[in-house]
Amino acid sequence: MADDKEAAAFVSEVHKRISNAFDVFDHEFNHTVDVREIGTIIRSLGCFPTEAELHDIIAEVEEEEPTGYIRFEKFLPTMTKVLMEHKFRPIPDDLLLQAFEVLDQQKRGYLEPEELSKYLMQEGETFTQEEMEEMLSAALDPDKNVIFYKDFVGMMTIDDTQ
Amino acid sequence: MRAALLIQRWYRQYAARLEIRRRCTWSIFQSIEYAGEQDQIKLYNFFGYLMDHFTPASSERDEVFHDTEWERYFCYKDIEVPDTYSGPHLTFPLCTHNVTELLEAIKHKQLLHSRYVLQLLGETWKLLRVLPNINVVSTCQSKEITICGDLHGHLEDLLLVFYKNGLPSTETPYVFNGDFVDRGKDSMEILLILFSFQLLYPSGVHLNRGNHEDHIVNLRYGFTKEVLGKYKVHGKRILKLLQKIFSQLPLATVIDRKVLVLHGGISDTTDLRLIARLERHRVSCSCNHAQAPNPQHYSSPGTPRSLRVRSLARGTLPLCLPRANSTRTVEEELQERRRWAGLGASCDRVRYLSSNRDPDQDREVTETDMDEWKQLVDVLWSDPMPQDGCVPNKVRGGGCYWGPDVTRDVLQRHKLQLLIRSHECKQDGYEFCHDRRVLTIFSASNYYEVDSNRGAYVQLGPDLNPHLIQYQASRSSRDLTLRQRLVNNNCTNKKKRSALQALREQLFAHKSELINAFQEFDPEHTGMISMRHWAVATETVLHLGLPWRMLRSQLLVSQGGLNSLLFLSHQLAHTGLLETMYRHHSNLETIFRIIDMDHSGLISFEEFRQTWRLLSAHLQTEISDEAISGLASSIDFNKDGSIDINEFMEAFRLVSPETDLIKCVNGTDKCTRHGAHDIVFTSSHDLH
Repeated sequence: MADDKEAAAFVSEVHKRISNAFDVFDHEFNHTVDVREIGTIIRSLGCFPTEAELHDIIAEVEEEEPTGYIRFEKFLPTMTKVLMEHKFRPIPDDLLLQAFEVLDQQKRGYLEPEELSKYLMQEGETFTQEEMEEMLSAALDPDKNVIFYKDFVGMMTIDDTQ
Repeated sequence: MRAALLIQRWYRQYAARLEIRRRCTWSIFQSIEYAGEQDQIKLYNFFGYLMDHFTPASSERDEVFHDTEWERYFCYKDIEVPDTYSGPHLTFPLCTHNVTELLEAIKHKQLLHSRYVLQLLGETWKLLRVLPNINVVSTCQSKEITICGDLHGHLEDLLLVFYKNGLPSTETPYVFNGDFVDRGKDSMEILLILFSFQLLYPSGVHLNRGNHEDHIVNLRYGFTKEVLGKYKVHGKRILKLLQKIFSQLPLATVIDRKVLVLHGGISDTTDLRLIARLERHRVSCSCNHAQAPNPQHYSSPGTPRSLRVRSLARGTLPLCLPRANSTRTVEEELQERRRWAGLGASCDRVRYLSSNRDPDQDREVTETDMDEWKQLVDVLWSDPMPQDGCVPNKVRGGGCYWGPDVTRDVLQRHKLQLLIRSHECKQDGYEFCHDRRVLTIFSASNYYEVDSNRGAYVQLGPDLNPHLIQYQASRSSRDLTLRQRLVNNNCTNKKKRSALQALREQLFAHKSELINAFQEFDPEHTGMISMRHWAVATETVLHLGLPWRMLRSQLLVSQGGLNSLLFLSHQLAHTGLLETMYRHHSNLETIFRIIDMDHSGLISFEEFRQTWRLLSAHLQTEISDEAISGLASSIDFNKDGSIDINEFMEAFRLVSPETDLIKCVNGTDKCTRHGAHDIVFTSSHDLH
């Protein structure tokens, strides 16, 4: 009995969180958001989906005939499920560090911007030019003109959304 | 391949968090800014109330000047320029050399001597008063015309625009769309530059009035303070002349009869012919709502707007002060304060006191007066909204919110194709709306904080296609170390911190109300409420429309355990008084500055007490005389019977709450005193 009550309370908490995140992007106050903002909304709720996983979600919440807008009524149930099932979990720091180390074959402790750009813009779910530039502007050491990835990872993984 | 995926996935998440942080920070700043403006309106009502109830002695009615008297009063000739002055010496009529010299001096942070300031202002006034209400400009005389939005004392931005676009001249004409002053620290310099270029090239510089070109707004938002600080001897005179000048600024500019440029916006009743006809100089404070029109003046066929930025008003906004209910006590006090005479006469009333008639014989306010006044207020204060219709602008407290249907209608009626306005800060410096028929242009970059937004200006050629240029006056990212840049980038921490600081200050200022609201959710007085209830209660009290749950972790301290909130109320002597004072500290400052007639920065105990009593009577709060006296003497550090205004205001600068945490383990009793600014709430860990 108490479990049910707690479960219900939990679900409504989740709903409120989703609703708040949605509202930030609901510019016309009509409970819709531009489909291009869905990724940001989902990620702001603490999820780490890949682009492919994102596309799947969007396909699920889109209208039969895509309008370019996602309605809250469709978004809520899907997103609730995502959060309840703890899908798209965060990436542990050490795993992330390993990913960078894989690229740094010579074990120098840093990466050249050219090699990182090449890799991230050609492999995996490629970065756009804009994304790459944004990342470099944050990651590049101005004096040495390289990326000390250990520092970078350390500073970026501050989780204070929750 | 897997490594790439991992990095990409992680980075995109981080970028998304940055984005949402930026949006939240933005909405915090905006909501507090607009709420502050609305506060200002309430204050205007208070001033109106004061002025209505005070009848000055006729001998003190020397401030209602005729134009020739004004000229004599602002004579600069008696001001001597000492040999030690190394700044520019202006000669009139101005020549190119004068203006370039002035510009250089300003870039080198040299102050123009008050003699030349007054002279410049005098000449400007003479020029402005013969201009029509609506500037008419054509692109045939030059290739392009440039329009700038709000500058708000940001000199670097103006200089950046000149650098990128060229100095104003007949071949490079500019329209400056209001709000040149307040908030930024170089408002005076901006005015000097704009006015001098206008005198040099009258067809190259067109100025539109903004809602901040208003001496009462200036009292609150920093311009008055700036002028008095820079010009200690003649500042008052300069301000008086500026008051006249502001009221003489044109209200709008029309380019090629097709593009309308004005500061705020329009309403469904906007009529350019009416605007062209009215006597604009008779309204020097556009925001005095003592005679505000009935909200029914606005039609709202569409659904009422749900505000993204809601007001701090607890209850309805009083547009008209209920004079019939004035208490005897307050009136008696007012009778005593004959010094208010200066205040009463210097602010031109919306009653359109005619300077040509006997000042004691106020003209009746006619229907036409009201219509004209409304046209002007709409132009200076309105904001666009996405929905159709036209509703009163409750957030600003003046003008309206107008929808795309009103844009279509007004543009069509006047055979226009584009409306360019300013008045609202935009992250990219500009924003189109209403099907690209309305363009908002804002030229003060980093308005709220470093990196909060870019500035922009717009170029219009004969094809009248707006060409937008953005910029940002900020430190090059190369100067910062990796750590600093990451801190800047990393969820725009610095910006968020000061937005949060402002928000924490709001929480503090409303502590009692918040506690009451929380207690409603805690009938058994456990001292704990759920996260959900906290969010609801906070929104009910503050009406800021913010995503509270998202901000929770920044506002409260986590403390492992249950899904609930622990709150404490710490009774400190004078807490209620301090809190109320803090909430109204900006209002208090404005009032103080008015009382401090000789601008000495000091007011006596008696004046302090009177001010407080008047304000509290107006706000209907109960504060005992004893409490006020106690507070006054505790602030008087040197015990000389007077209070330094600046020190008083400093007393209300909140210490960062992080240094004032209450570490409390169980219940409400075991807690440490940390001074007047306790953090009241601690929260516990929330489930994912």
